Amino acid sequence: MLYDLPFLAAALLMVIGIATMLLRRNLIKVVMGLSLVEAGVNLLLVALGYRGGGIAPIFTNAPQDLMVLPTVQAMTLTNIVIGIATTALMLSFVMVIYRRYGTADADAVRRLRG
Amino acid sequence: MIPAFILQHAPALLLCVPMLGAFATPLLGRLGAGIRNAWALLAMLATLCVAGILTSEVLANGTLIYTFGAAAPSFAVPLDSGGIPIRIIFAVDAMGAFMALSASIVGTAVLLYSIASQKKNSGQDGYYGLLLLLTVGILGMVCTGDLFNFFVFLEINSLAGAALVAYRVDKGVAVEAGLKYAVLSTLGGLLVLFAIALLYGQYDALNIAMIASRMQFTLLDKVALVMLLVALAMKAGSVPMHFWTPDAYSMAPSAITAFLVVASQASLYGVFRVVFSLYGLALDCLTVGWIIIILGVLSMFVGVTMAIPQKDVKRLMAYHAVSQTGYMLLGVGVALAVLGNQDLLAAYGNIAMQGGIFHIINHAMYKGLLFLTAGAIFYRTGTRNLNRLGGLGHSMKWTMIFFIIGALAIAGIPPFNGFASKLMIYESVFLFNPLLSIIAMVVSILTLASFVKVFHSIFMGPALPEYAEVREAPLPMLIGMGILALMVILFGVFPQQVVDILVAPAAAALTDQGGYIASVLGGA
Amino acid sequence: MTMSKIVRTAAGWLFPFILVFGFYIVMHGHLTPGGGFQGGAVIATGFVLLIVAGSYGDISRRITKASLSGGETLGLLLFIVTAITGLALGGTFFANWLADGGLIFGNPVLFGANPGDLNTAGVIPIMNLAVGVEVLGALSVIVLYMLSGIAEEGA
Repeated sequence: MLYDLPFLAAALLMVIGIATMLLRRNLIKVVMGLSLVEAGVNLLLVALGYRGGGIAPIFTNAPQDLMVLPTVQAMTLTNIVIGIATTALMLSFVMVIYRRYGTADADAVRRLRG
Repeated sequence: MIPAFILQHAPALLLCVPMLGAFATPLLGRLGAGIRNAWALLAMLATLCVAGILTSEVLANGTLIYTFGAAAPSFAVPLDSGGIPIRIIFAVDAMGAFMALSASIVGTAVLLYSIASQKKNSGQDGYYGLLLLLTVGILGMVCTGDLFNFFVFLEINSLAGAALVAYRVDKGVAVEAGLKYAVLSTLGGLLVLFAIALLYGQYDALNIAMIASRMQFTLLDKVALVMLLVALAMKAGSVPMHFWTPDAYSMAPSAITAFLVVASQASLYGVFRVVFSLYGLALDCLTVGWIIIILGVLSMFVGVTMAIPQKDVKRLMAYHAVSQTGYMLLGVGVALAVLGNQDLLAAYGNIAMQGGIFHIINHAMYKGLLFLTAGAIFYRTGTRNLNRLGGLGHSMKWTMIFFIIGALAIAGIPPFNGFASKLMIYESVFLFNPLLSIIAMVVSILTLASFVKVFHSIFMGPALPEYAEVREAPLPMLIGMGILALMVILFGVFPQQVVDILVAPAAAALTDQGGYIASVLGGA
Repeated sequence: MTMSKIVRTAAGWLFPFILVFGFYIVMHGHLTPGGGFQGGAVIATGFVLLIVAGSYGDISRRITKASLSGGETLGLLLFIVTAITGLALGGTFFANWLADGGLIFGNPVLFGANPGDLNTAGVIPIMNLAVGVEVLGALSVIVLYMLSGIAEEGA
C-alpha cells in the first residue's frame, strides 16, 4: 500500500490538473493546470524507478549494489526542462493576450469562431 | 559518387544539418538579412540532399540503424548489455525515409517562399531559426526508434510550431491560436509521456523494437495505447480532436501553415508507427482498425461539411486538411483491420495501405501548394475574406494556375496526384466495405464543389477597382509554389512509378513488424 | 519601483556567491546531482534577484538582452559543435571523443569508493557547460522580456 501511494498521488495530480484546465476560465489557471498534469507525470516516472532501500545512482561512491533507476530520473529531468520552456511560452502568450484584449478570461478571449 | 561517410551517417546528418542551421541563424542574422537567408536556405537544401541520399540508401539496403554516441553507428546492442539496446537509436525504415523526404521537399519550398513573404516583417532571425527547428522536430519524429526520443521531438515540434503560429504577435488572434495550439500540444505530449511511462514500467525498455518484441498486451498496455492514439490523433488533427486545426492553420503565416500540415502528418506517422510497429499483431486488429476507420470517416465528413460555409479562405482550407487526413486514416485503418489475414491483406489490404500512405505525400504537396497560393493572395490583397476578393484572375495568372492545380488535385481529378491515391483508396476500401468507399467519393465531390466556389469568388468576375494595383506574387514565392505544383503533376502523371519506388516499400515496412524488430535487435 | 538600500546591497553581495554556486553545479554535473540545466537555472535566479532588488531600468542597462541571447546562441553552438566533432573524428554523432584521452577531462574513471575526479567524463562536462550557458541566457532573457512587458504597462 505504501509503495502505491506515489502512483495514486500521480493520478490525483493529473486529474486535478485536467479538471483545473476544463473548469477554470482564467488562462493563467489553465496554464497552471497543465503544470499540475506535468507534475503528475513526473511523479509517476520517478516512482517507477524507485526500489525499496535503494540509494542514489551515483556510480563512483556506491557502497552497495541496490540503486534506484537513473533512466527515469533522466527522463523526468528532460520533461522538467521541456515543461519550463512550454510554460514560459504559454505564459508569455497569455501576457500578450492580456495586453491586446484587456482580459485573460477564456470566455472573453474567443475571437476565433466557426 | 556519394562518400561512404555520408551514407553511413545519413540519419545523424539529417538532424545535425538543420540543427546547426537553426542554432547559427540568430548569430548570422547580426551580419545581415541576406547572409542569414542564404544560410537558412543552404541548411534546408543540404537537409533535402541528405534526405534524398538517406531514402535511396534505405530503399537499396533496407532499414538503416544509427546508434548515437557509440563507436560505430551499427552497434545498436552493446556486447555487455545482455541483448538490450541502451543508447538512443534511430531506426530509419522505408516509411520513415518516405516521411523525411516528403517533409524536406515541402520544407524547401516553404523556405524559398518565406524569403519573399517575410521580407517586410521583423523578428526574422527567430522565424528562420524556428522554421529549421520545426524541421528538426519533424525529421526526428519520423526517424527515431526510441519512444522517449519520439516524445522529445514531438515537444520540439509542438513548441516551434506554437511559436510560429503566434509569430504575428501584433495580432491578438494569432497569439490566441498559438496559445490554443500550445496548450493542446503540451497536454497531448504529456499523455504520450504517461503512456511511455506505463510501457517502460512493464518492459524496462524505451526502444520501440525492444518493447514490441516483449509486448504482452496487458490492461496497462491498452491504457497506454488509448493515450497514445488520443494524443497523436489530436496532434494529427483528426475529428473529434480537430478544433485547434482551423484556428492554428488560419492564423499562422501561410508558409508556416503549409509546413504545419507536414508537422501534423508526423503525428499521423506516430499513430501508424505505434499501431503497426509497437503493438502490431498483439492488437485486436479488427477493433482498433475499425476505430481508426471511424475516426477517418468522421474526419472526412465533418471536415468537408464544416469547410463549405467558411468565408475565410485559409480556414476553409484548414477544414479540408482535416477532411483529407481522414482519407489517410481510412486507407491505413482498413489495412490494419485485416492485418492478421494474409489473403485479405494481399487482396485489398496492401493496396489500401499504399493508398493511405501515398495520400500523405500527395496531401503534403497539394495542400502546401494551396496554402501558399492563399498566402500569395493575402500578401498582395491584404484580405482572406472570400466575399471581398474577386477578379484576381486578371492580375495574378501564375497564382491562379497553381491554385487550379492544387484544387483539382485535392478534389481527386486526373491527372493530378490526388486522383492516384484516392483511386487506390476507393478501389480497395470498396472490397472491404462498399459503404465506406461511397462516403469517400461523396466527400471528394463535396471537396470539388467547395473549391469551385472558392476559385470562382477569388479569381473570376470583373477586375475589382480596389485591387487594381495588385500584381503577380514575387519570384521566390512563385518558385516555392512551382516546386510543389511540379511535384503534384509529376506524382499524378507517374503514379505507378512513385508507388513502386517509394510507397510500396514504406507500406511493406510498416506491416512487417518482425522485420523492424530484427533490424534493430539483430536476427532474433 | 526600487527596494531599500539594504536589500540592494545584500543582493549585490549575494550575486557573486550565487554565480559561483551555479557554475559549481554546472561543472560538477558529471559527478554529483546537477548539471547544465540546474546550474544555469541557479545563475538565472541570481539575475532575477538583481532585477527584483534593483529597478528594471538599471538592470536592462547593465545586462542587455542582446548579450544574453548571444550567450544563448554560443551555448547552443558549442553543444552542437561538440557533438559534430565526434562525427568528424570518425565516431558517431554525440560520440564521447574526449573520454579517457588523457587530454582535458580525459582521466579514466576510478572504480570503487572515491570522492570523484573532476577531470573525467570527456565531452560530458563540456556539454554541461554549453547547456549551462544556454539555459542561463535563455531563462534570463525570458524574465527580462516578461518584465519589459510589465514595465511598459506600468509606465
